[in-house]
Parts: sequence; C-alpha cells; structure tokens
Amino acid sequence: MTELIELTAAEAVAKIRARELGAGELFEAYRERAAADELNAYTWVADAAPDPVPGHDAPLAGVPVAVKDLFCTIGVPSQAGSKILEGYRPPYTATVVDKLLTAGSTLLGKTNQDEFAMGSSNENSAFGPVLNPWDRRRVPGGSSGGSAAAVVAGIAPWAIGTDTGGSIRQPAALCGIVGMKPTYGACSRYGMIAFASSLDQAGPLTRDVTDAALLLSHMVGHDPQDSTSIALPEPITVPTAEDLTGVRLGIPEELLSGGEDGTGIEPGVRQSFEAALKLAEGLGATVDTCRLPHAPHALSAYYLIAPAEASANLARYDGVRYGLRVAGDADLKTMYERTRGEGFGPEVKRRIMLGTYALSSGYYDAYYGTAQKVRTKIAEDFAAVFAEFDFVVTPTSPWTAFELGAKTADPLAMYFNDFCTVPMSLTGIPAISIPSGLSDGLPVGLQLAGSAFSENRLLNAAYALERAIGFDARGARA
Amino acid sequence: MRGRPSLQSAPMLEREQVLHVAKLARLQLDEAELRTMAVELSAVLDHVDRIRELDLADVEPTSHAVDLAGVMRADEPMPCLDRDAVLAAAPEPVDGGFGVPSPGPSDE
Repeated sequence: MTELIELTAAEAVAKIRARELGAGELFEAYRERAAADELNAYTWVADAAPDPVPGHDAPLAGVPVAVKDLFCTIGVPSQAGSKILEGYRPPYTATVVDKLLTAGSTLLGKTNQDEFAMGSSNENSAFGPVLNPWDRRRVPGGSSGGSAAAVVAGIAPWAIGTDTGGSIRQPAALCGIVGMKPTYGACSRYGMIAFASSLDQAGPLTRDVTDAALLLSHMVGHDPQDSTSIALPEPITVPTAEDLTGVRLGIPEELLSGGEDGTGIEPGVRQSFEAALKLAEGLGATVDTCRLPHAPHALSAYYLIAPAEASANLARYDGVRYGLRVAGDADLKTMYERTRGEGFGPEVKRRIMLGTYALSSGYYDAYYGTAQKVRTKIAEDFAAVFAEFDFVVTPTSPWTAFELGAKTADPLAMYFNDFCTVPMSLTGIPAISIPSGLSDGLPVGLQLAGSAFSENRLLNAAYALERAIGFDARGARA
Repeated sequence: MRGRPSLQSAPMLEREQVLHVAKLARLQLDEAELRTMAVELSAVLDHVDRIRELDLADVEPTSHAVDLAGVMRADEPMPCLDRDAVLAAAPEPVDGGFGVPSPGPSDE
C-alpha cells in the first residue's frame, strides 16, 4: 500500500498498462487515504471506484485525479469553495475534466480552494482552510491549495487546478510539487467556474515534471465551447532533456530586487534560487540578468483587471438559478442583496466591490483602461526579453509557507504573494514552478516562464533542472 | 462623489461611496463590513493608483493575452441542457421556469 503511494502517476500508468497493478486497487488505495484526509484538502471524495474502471489500454489507465472544486462535474458537488453555491451539483462537466476521463482517468474527489479562486493561502474557503502537510500550522498556498496539499501528502496521485494570477504555481511552490500554467487558451475554460475570464487557465499539479507533461497532454486542445481556446502548434510530449546546453536564462532584476512594500525575496528563498541557478549553469545554461521594467506594476494592473472581470462574472450569483437564496418576505432586489451578502465571503466581497468601483461611471478609463495599457507594456517587456533569452526565471513565491492567519488581516500584504507570478498571467505566457529545495524545512519554488506555446521547451528545461535538484518530498507524506 | 479620482493618491473612500458601490454590486453589507471595506479598499486603491504615474499615451490597451478576434462558430442548432436537470439546481422552480420574489418598487 505504501509502495503504491510512492509511485508517481506516470509510473502507476506504466504499471497498470503492464498489468503489474490493477487500476481498481490503486483507486481504492487513494480513495481510502482521501476519505481519511486530515488536511481538509478535499471537499468531496468518491464513494467507490467507477464500475468498470477504465481499461489497461486507456492512455491514463484508470489512474485517478483530484479536481479543484471549481471544475463543474456532472452530479458531483461543485461550489468553487463558496457558500453561495451550496448544494450545487452541475448538470454538465467541464471540458478539461471530460477530456481526462475520456483518456481513462477517474475522478477521485474535489479539492478545497479559496472561494472563487480568490486568494493565495486557501484561507478564504467556505469549507475552512487547508493545512500544509509539511507543517500543519502553515498555509498550503492558494487558490489551488487543496490540490497541492493532496498531491504532496500522497492523498492524490495528481491533481488539476486553475491559475489566474499564480493559483497553481504558488501553492505548488509552498507544497513542494510541480505546478504548471499553460499558455492562455491552451485549456478550455468551459465548465470552469469563472473568476477573471481573460486570465483563468487550467493546469496540472503533480509530483514531478513528467507527470505534469502527461496530465497536461490530455487537458489541452481547442474546444468549440470556449471561443478563446486554441489548438497548440504541437502536442505536449513527455520531456527527456538531460542538460540545458545552449539554454539562455534571464533573471529579471525588477522581480528579484523587490524591497518595496515588503516584497523582498526571503533570504532562504534567495539562497535556494541561487543554488538552482548554479545547477542550471552546471547543466550548460547561461544565466544573465534581464529587464522587465513594467513588471513591478503588474500587481496593480492585476488587482484592477481581475476584480473588474470578477465583478461581472459573479453577477450571476443572484439566488435565482442555482445555489443559495436568502429571501424571507423580501422583494427581488432585496433578495439579491441578502443572498449575495450572506453567500459571499469577505475576500470575494472585497474584490466585487473593488471591481465594481473600478468599472463605475467616471472611473473606468482611469482604472480599468489604464490597467489594460500596463498589460500591453508588460507584454512588450517580455517580448523584448524573449528575443534574447529562452526563459525568464524567478522564485515562484517571495517566501515559503507562512502561518495560518499571518496575513489575513492585511489584504494588500496577502496580494504580494503573487508578485512574481502575476506578470506572466497578464501576458498569457506559460510558466512552471518546480521545487528548488527546502528552507528551514519548508519547500521553495522555482519559476520558469517561456514565450507563448513554448510548453514543450519549458517542460524539458524543468525536467533537466528537476533531475539536477533531486528534491525529495517524502517528508510531507505522513 | 461622482468626481474623478485625484491623480496624486486615492482619497479615503467615504461611507457613502462604499454604500453606493455596494448598491451597484447588489451586495448587502453590515455596518462593520462598511467600515472595514472603506479602509481596505482605500489601501488597495492607494497602491494600484501608482500605475497612473506611468506615461501610457499612445499605448493600446490589451484586453486579452492571445490575439483572437471575431471567432465565429457555425450557426447550427444543437441540443442544450435538459430543462429538468437545470431546474433541479434552482432554489424555486415554478412551472418549468425560475421562480423569483415580486420585483418590488423601482430604484429611482
């Protein structure tokens, strides 16, 4: 049983396909662990393996997947971590989940998350916070905190999440796993409960880079149900690179210097980052500083654009078609206001208010319009860098996992978690976080970002680095 | 309160402004929420306001990271979700539709 849990998902797929392991046996091993979850990583766990379990010959061979709560799954609770969707069981399934099930994966459970993916500590969930398996007094990161914690704790072989400003990469970093946000549009958003539509992307959270490539390869593709989805120019392949010969890594001064408003990179994180760069050089990469002059403004632009889009997307939660209704003998408008007042948590209310304000008459150009121009400047910065470099490399998060409650009183301080991940989101480019080591017993994440559609090159570079780093996450599996 | 924000720094939001935005967002906030919201939103606005110091004349806005325009699909009828399955999720299904309380008096 313990040996089963130690298999990576790709190893489990290989064993099942070689008929050395039964898919039902693997499912049950994980299902039992998920049902006994003490980290609050799951919001729902399957009762039993599907009958029949997908065959040996299916590409994912019945290896189960944990799915972030916000992916609609037919007949299964899908609340996006919110009280306002209490009891909601969607009548349809998100394209990404559907694709994984078609490829022969099975649904193990739904994972806890920050409400509507708004947060970077998983403390904003109607289901309560998720605990970090490395130290249960600390946050797992967010918003895909349940997916990240479940994967590193060995209560899921692999998981999917969504990333709007860092919500896959940051929890992957804080939990010591691999998390990838592909190019915007690579994965269909159909059936993903929306936060900020021009930024939301699905992606894998896995034990290693090979698993990330394998899972992602079955998630991507154009979907007629999402007109912003696009077919990648080439299929995602399993990485094999052994070195980084000729790979040019750019270290953006602006994101590394930090310093302003407490955004400085923690010393332990910086040490781990620099050690990883040394390993990269040892593998044949060249490392140089690069400039992203507008990157320090990315967070400001993001905290206008994302709340603005969220305020529009979340207008649909009105107590009429699904979820919670708080009415009493109230008229329609009062019912809307009470339902939303009781159904949304504090962070979601804050962002709806911020977005509504930024879009309100007289403020639109000054805030939303300006933020969209900043987005253009940041994209131009990246384009200039990618003319000279293959990848931009930064720490994923400025710090390791912090204690529960440490940042909840100061929303602005919480927002700085995403300082290094938001610029890539605004530009729509792919980025991956891999563990670079431990600092005081807590995982540190290393982020690599490439130009649009560079997923395979990115996965290969991450794979070569991963092998050189040799991170061991067994410390997180009780 | 309808005035444009100052270019130097975002002023502290007044209670009335917070109430106005909450009304636009159809969000009921209690007194304590109104107070903390004014402080927290002001702090965030004060920070994000810095982007207005940038020289962005002649810069085109980016609304989407991937440049896709005029995506059309074939105009063909397709099956939609089953009515009963959709209504099963509604708080108050009535006669094959969504039931709502009386609209009440108008805002204006």
